[in-house]
Amino acid sequence: MSGGVDSAVAAARLVDEGHEVVGVHLALSRMPGTLRTGSRGCCTIEDSMDAQRAAKKLGIPFYVWDFSERFKIDVVDDFVAEYQAGRTPNPCMRCNERIKFAALLERALALGFDAVGTGHYASITKDEDDNLELHRSLAMAKDQSYVLGVLTQEQLSHALFPLGATASKDLVRREAAERGLTVANKPDSYDICFIPEGDTREWLRDFVPSSPGKIVDQQGTELGEHDGHVGFTIGQRKGLRLGRPAADGKPRYVLEIRPKTSEVVVGPEAALQITQLSGERYSWCGRAPERPEEFFDCEVQVRAHGDTVPAQAAIVEAELVIKLKEPLYGVAPGQTAVIYLGTRVLGQTTIDQTTSAEVAVV
Amino acid sequence: MQALNGALEQLGNPSSVHGHGQNTRAILEDARDQVAHAVGANRSEIVFTSGGTEANNQAIKGIYWAQNRKNKARKVIVTAATEHHALLDPIDWLVEHEGAEVINVAVGSSGMLDLEDLEQILSSRSEEIALVSLMWVNNETGVITDIVRVTELAKRYGIPVHSDAIAAIGHVPVDFAESGLTAMSISGHKVGAPIGVGALVVARDFSPVSLLHGGGQERGLRSGTMNYPLATSLGAACQEAVSDRVERQSRLKQLRDLIETEIVRAIPSAVVTARDTDRVDHNAHLIFPGTQSDNLLFLLDQEGVSVSAGSACQAGVLGASHVLVAMGHPEELASACLRITLGHTTTASDAERFIEAIIKIHPGALVASQSTQSAN
Repeated sequence: MSGGVDSAVAAARLVDEGHEVVGVHLALSRMPGTLRTGSRGCCTIEDSMDAQRAAKKLGIPFYVWDFSERFKIDVVDDFVAEYQAGRTPNPCMRCNERIKFAALLERALALGFDAVGTGHYASITKDEDDNLELHRSLAMAKDQSYVLGVLTQEQLSHALFPLGATASKDLVRREAAERGLTVANKPDSYDICFIPEGDTREWLRDFVPSSPGKIVDQQGTELGEHDGHVGFTIGQRKGLRLGRPAADGKPRYVLEIRPKTSEVVVGPEAALQITQLSGERYSWCGRAPERPEEFFDCEVQVRAHGDTVPAQAAIVEAELVIKLKEPLYGVAPGQTAVIYLGTRVLGQTTIDQTTSAEVAVV
Repeated sequence: MQALNGALEQLGNPSSVHGHGQNTRAILEDARDQVAHAVGANRSEIVFTSGGTEANNQAIKGIYWAQNRKNKARKVIVTAATEHHALLDPIDWLVEHEGAEVINVAVGSSGMLDLEDLEQILSSRSEEIALVSLMWVNNETGVITDIVRVTELAKRYGIPVHSDAIAAIGHVPVDFAESGLTAMSISGHKVGAPIGVGALVVARDFSPVSLLHGGGQERGLRSGTMNYPLATSLGAACQEAVSDRVERQSRLKQLRDLIETEIVRAIPSAVVTARDTDRVDHNAHLIFPGTQSDNLLFLLDQEGVSVSAGSACQAGVLGASHVLVAMGHPEELASACLRITLGHTTTASDAERFIEAIIKIHPGALVASQSTQSAN
């Protein structure tokens, strides 16, 4: 229970369904007990108290479990290392993979619990052979199946997502108000929980040595300078501070980050077109395809709130290779590609390589 | 409860001269007598406060300021790292804001203070020390400090001594007059009074600087209309806590010893903290290597047993015990402990139920505690 409205309502529904529910708030900050500065943030006194009050209202026991050490190593350090390597990580994905449905689940099982329930907007169903499947939530605008794409069949068997069948967040808020939960009107949290100000580049400054370098075009011509490659992301247009406009007068985007030389390569939007993705760290969410080595039709999503594009995927030489039928713009290594069959999440990979139409031609 | 309810039926400001005020003043002064009698102090030495934290703050800051005013060089506070945060934090505040310096008396792995180290500190810095503050009984381990010896040492240099006696009242004989202390803190809810009341006992020959300013009540040390209902409940509770102390403690010692022996027999890795040190009889403190306190507490809670570990931060995270860390234990062990406090209502069957519960849940706590260590 994060202290937000979704997990509070999820807990309430589990209680209604007759489960024996215990509320757990995860302390993830290395400095627990700090008050939040803005309207968002995690594991602050306010959030912990809000979660506790909701649990009290529901009449369930409440505990705070400290996973700050693991969160730091498995999520925050990974986040910093990925940016240092010129990649763009998704820490929410790592948190689900290594904390919520790993460390927390292990501890819960050891303490005698059967499952971890969360306020994620996603649904778990069974196919005709009783295999578990993860599906998009009914509330498409809030769908969070993307960040759960890392879950395996085993993890799904110990997961409960009571909000998946709700048509909208407004309904959840209304239900919270009807249940007398004080968090009913609490603002949504956005961005990354451990970067409360929302400025990743600024936050990273405290963790990585500055590495000033050049901003160059695809031909290697120097266009400007930057005070550190860490924090730039593929497809970024703002904040480049290039004095001169491009010859064609069109905006320029980050195409590539070269950590070794600290160079940031920029170019036209057309060069951001990606036609193929691949990654060696992949997993199947539930039942794997029968012949994964043969390309099959699917859809792919590369951002938490991005659109899907039709694609074909297969395992080629121990990598999940995804060929896009329509190009995607500005996809960065480090991001996660989640593949869907209709509403069902089939699997995911952390992207190691992207192939752009232009590079492919060269 | 009786004392509190009776007092709540009376209305009137104890400082007023009208009849109602005189009635409530009488309740307040009777309470002062009771507290004074229970702790061996003169009635005028009792200053009612909102609790132990306020008493400690008033003592530390008030004595420091008074000493510092007399002699600017007196900026050193002698204490120990095993003290309660309600004492350590006001000292930290003085360090941060007023340029005070802290010297911690060495603590052995048994939890015992090294009084030779104290003697050494006193003799080498005697002209700079503003005060010494050492708790009478440690609230986690139950270890008792020889306060009379401490004040004897400090007296040689004319240095005032404060003691946080919150965990001592009702558990060891406390006599303020004989102790040689300048000030001593008491908390209401630790002796059975409601939360929100306590007292600072201040020797008549010492005037600390006051934290609060206003009507000048309580020797000018605690301005504000006096809370006679809570004061009277503190008086009654103190009286009760000391009245049957001897019989109660010998009964609880038997239960405590049984708990420790049986647990160590069934769980050989468990370690009794401060086993051979002079400590209070109603307190057991055990370390369970490989576990984490919060898992132990959770599983015991499921079995219907309420015990305590250290103190949680405001967000609710149970950290490593700073007391055990100060005793030289590594952090893993300092966050793998339980404190079992027995009270006057604790029975032999309660003790047996606890022993059974801890033996039952211990294997699960070991497994659950592995999840917090990183897989990397």
